[in-house]
Amino acid sequence: MTMVESAREAFGRTLVELARQNRDIVVLDADLASSTRVVYFAQEFPERFFQMGVAEQNMMGVAAGMALMGKIPFVSTFGVFASRRACDQVAISIAHCRSNVKIVGAYSGIVSGNNGATHQAVEDVAIMRGIPGMVVVDPADDQEMEQAMRAIVEYRGPVYLRVTRDPWPRISPEGYQFVLGKALQVKAGADVTLIGSGMMTSQCVEAAHLLHGEGIQARVLHIATIKPIDVEAIVQAARETKGIVTAENHNIYGGLGSAVAEVLAEHAPAPMVRIGLCDCYGECGTNAELLQKYSMSPRHIADAAHAVLQKSRSR
Amino acid sequence: MTLLSKQQIQYLEETARRIRCHVVRTISEAGVGHPGGSLSEVDILTALYFHIMKIDPKRPDWEERDRFVLSKGHGAAGLYATLAERGFFPVEWLKTFGRIDSPLQVHPDMHLVPGIEVSTGALGQGLSVALGMALAARMDGKGIHVYCLIGDGESQEGQVWEAAESAAHYKVDNLTVILDYNRVQLMGPLKEVMEIAPVADKWRSFNWAVTEIDGHDMQQIITAVEAAKQSKGQPHIVIAHTIKGKGVSYMEGQSAWHGKAPNQEQLAQALAELGCKQ
Repeated sequence: MTMVESAREAFGRTLVELARQNRDIVVLDADLASSTRVVYFAQEFPERFFQMGVAEQNMMGVAAGMALMGKIPFVSTFGVFASRRACDQVAISIAHCRSNVKIVGAYSGIVSGNNGATHQAVEDVAIMRGIPGMVVVDPADDQEMEQAMRAIVEYRGPVYLRVTRDPWPRISPEGYQFVLGKALQVKAGADVTLIGSGMMTSQCVEAAHLLHGEGIQARVLHIATIKPIDVEAIVQAARETKGIVTAENHNIYGGLGSAVAEVLAEHAPAPMVRIGLCDCYGECGTNAELLQKYSMSPRHIADAAHAVLQKSRSR
Repeated sequence: MTLLSKQQIQYLEETARRIRCHVVRTISEAGVGHPGGSLSEVDILTALYFHIMKIDPKRPDWEERDRFVLSKGHGAAGLYATLAERGFFPVEWLKTFGRIDSPLQVHPDMHLVPGIEVSTGALGQGLSVALGMALAARMDGKGIHVYCLIGDGESQEGQVWEAAESAAHYKVDNLTVILDYNRVQLMGPLKEVMEIAPVADKWRSFNWAVTEIDGHDMQQIITAVEAAKQSKGQPHIVIAHTIKGKGVSYMEGQSAWHGKAPNQEQLAQALAELGCKQ
């Protein structure tokens, strides 16, 4: 797998490209533009860039008001502040009003540039997924970020977009066309299915390589749109393989794993193990250290696949 | 400054009186709602919808219309009665207030009612939305003015002050805020629950222009709001001193009537005091 530019770079660059084509796009920032890369937009379109200061609740409401006047606001801050801090504003001013606001949760999950627990969005997907009408997208790589952004500008309604800070291997194929709500099969396999979202799909791909060496053929399914989720792809995976492992850069409660479990429980019960933060806060560390310490590495995902197959045999 | 003729004032006062009759009937029939804050805001809403704002009830989605945001969303019954009286929807709708399948939710839903610009009721959020509308209108060079009515209890929310700070920062002058300063909230007088005074000084210190008026004097409301609209280079707040439950003697100044519906007997008294057709 080739290392590519980070999702945030792709985000910042694509935002400028989209804004050149669409004059309705405006950006609101809560004093993090250099970190989130919306600074590129600010430099090119100062008249469409609104610095709202360290005041996320107001920023969400202002974005909602702009959307009601026909703008397409991208509100950008860290995922923790977009979700935890401004939750009620997102729910009422944005989602209840079905305002056409794109909420950008940067530095998503535990890989937050060594900022530690306060800056790690480990419940943002759960919060946003629970808000009626909110679309939740967690792209895996630079190419998918670019594609997903085109799709969410086309889509009329509130969207929460997760953006990771650092580069992760590209998992989307050449010429990939992102479709909102559709999963991507990254690798075929008939024994077990590894389902990832965001950067964790690349960890699933590595886990599949490990499993291959251990005589197990793992399918890898990438779910970028966590809500609405691709029910069909999950049901198909449950029927065609012996079980499911989910891997998410998030608490295992309320995020991808929960969403997949809901689909399985209602449509195609199957053995399952969830990989992610196990109901704890993270801490400072390098990405590799964090994935290791919180049992989210490719080895942990592969071990979970073995556990799923064991569950399947004992059914 | 426009001085209104005696007839104009009489017309507006008579309209406000009819709206108050709708408010007490609506809330009493529904058995739910917020009479205190709905009655205190009626003269302000009447001035806006019957004299000040550029609107067309037949075209509620007319792009060039002025926008009104009821940030204190629990004042919905007052706003619905005003919109109905102004012709945005039939007065009969008021009978459905707060009932299942009704467009008239106890807090306003923008998707259900013509003339409601934004869903509100989670306190403290409306001013931010109004600011976003004003900024967007200014970007597009549109002569749209945004009016936002906030509550005094609501002003305890921190978001109000975030919005105040940013509106002043961006020198937004196509936004006028009106404070329905009735000094009473659900659990009692503000001075006991959580004092917001000296509220005029607070807004001034946030770099807003401030005007204080009697919020039940039609001429004062119109003079102040029209002057606020003309003032340039900074946002403007009109602090309207009002009486909670205005017009109904047993409700006036009473926190008990923040969110309680009058029974049949109480309704009859309220209608009589307001001079409504029984």
